[in-house]
Amino acid sequence: MSVQNAEQQLKFLLQQGLPLDSRPYRVLAQQTGLSEEQVLQRIQQWQQEGLIRRMGAIVDHHQLGYNANAMLVFDIPTEQVDMVGETIAASGRVSLCYRRPRRPGWHYNLFCMIHGRCRDQVLQQIAQLRQSLGLSVFPFQILFSRQQFKQCGGDYFEPDAKGAANGN
Amino acid sequence: MTVPALTDLQRAIIDGYQQHLPSSLTPYQDIASELGSNEADVIAAIDDLIQRGLIRRLGPVFDHHRAGASTLVAMAIPADKLEQEALSLNSFAGINHNYEREHQYNLWFVLTASHDQALQQRLEAICERHPWPVLVLPMEQAYHINLGFPLNWNGGADDVCAKR
Repeated sequence: MSVQNAEQQLKFLLQQGLPLDSRPYRVLAQQTGLSEEQVLQRIQQWQQEGLIRRMGAIVDHHQLGYNANAMLVFDIPTEQVDMVGETIAASGRVSLCYRRPRRPGWHYNLFCMIHGRCRDQVLQQIAQLRQSLGLSVFPFQILFSRQQFKQCGGDYFEPDAKGAANGN
Repeated sequence: MTVPALTDLQRAIIDGYQQHLPSSLTPYQDIASELGSNEADVIAAIDDLIQRGLIRRLGPVFDHHRAGASTLVAMAIPADKLEQEALSLNSFAGINHNYEREHQYNLWFVLTASHDQALQQRLEAICERHPWPVLVLPMEQAYHINLGFPLNWNGGADDVCAKR
């Protein structure tokens, strides 16, 4: 397998998480044909490059008692949206903050995600956020989640087309 | 609020290792050393957290944009068909974070693929099978992304969630 294919295979395997083995990188090495050191080095390189944003435990907030999760959307004038987005990001009061396009019938262009242990707590956090950052003038909606049908990592990487080094 | 029963070791793992892992060839051994435990117990504790669905995995979070293509999608589905449609959508490759939300657009999910063209194809296949009103809302700019925030295990004296 070429180095490029091996890297592709490594990314594919990493989407499922680090093996629960005393030597997790050796397991990945055996599945990709890279050496154990190369596997760790690639992962560190991808972290430096920003392909990997963080490396750690990916928790299920819902299962851990964070039962309320609100998508808070704002309609912010286009020329102000970057400034407002950065202000919200810097406040540390939201876990995600994105700009997305408007659509016919959908005017909201700034999306935030707020997680809390109950609905009242999230509503309180939203009220504080709007007040403390001067966002009261902007139209907004709160979309609480109800049922969670699926929650898993992305499916960006396909297995190497020629199959893994161990022949499967 | 109900928090599932966790050992001190499991809480310490969640508290200490959402943002980073020790960068050695033996990360579980290093976690054990840092927490005053042993490697077998750390691995067993993580395995139990995964088996119970409390953590999904231990590993990398890939950057959406650099890793491939993705978009947020919202659909407006009649209430009596929602669950069936949501579960059917789950069978499509690349769908994750599939939630019902309180809105006329009541089903929200993220669709991912290896590149833009593959994403477009997945989207077309989905819309063909599920022809509901749809909003396709790709991320244009990320101001903040971090779901690894510290968890608050006990609400404290002024816990609004404990008042009822």
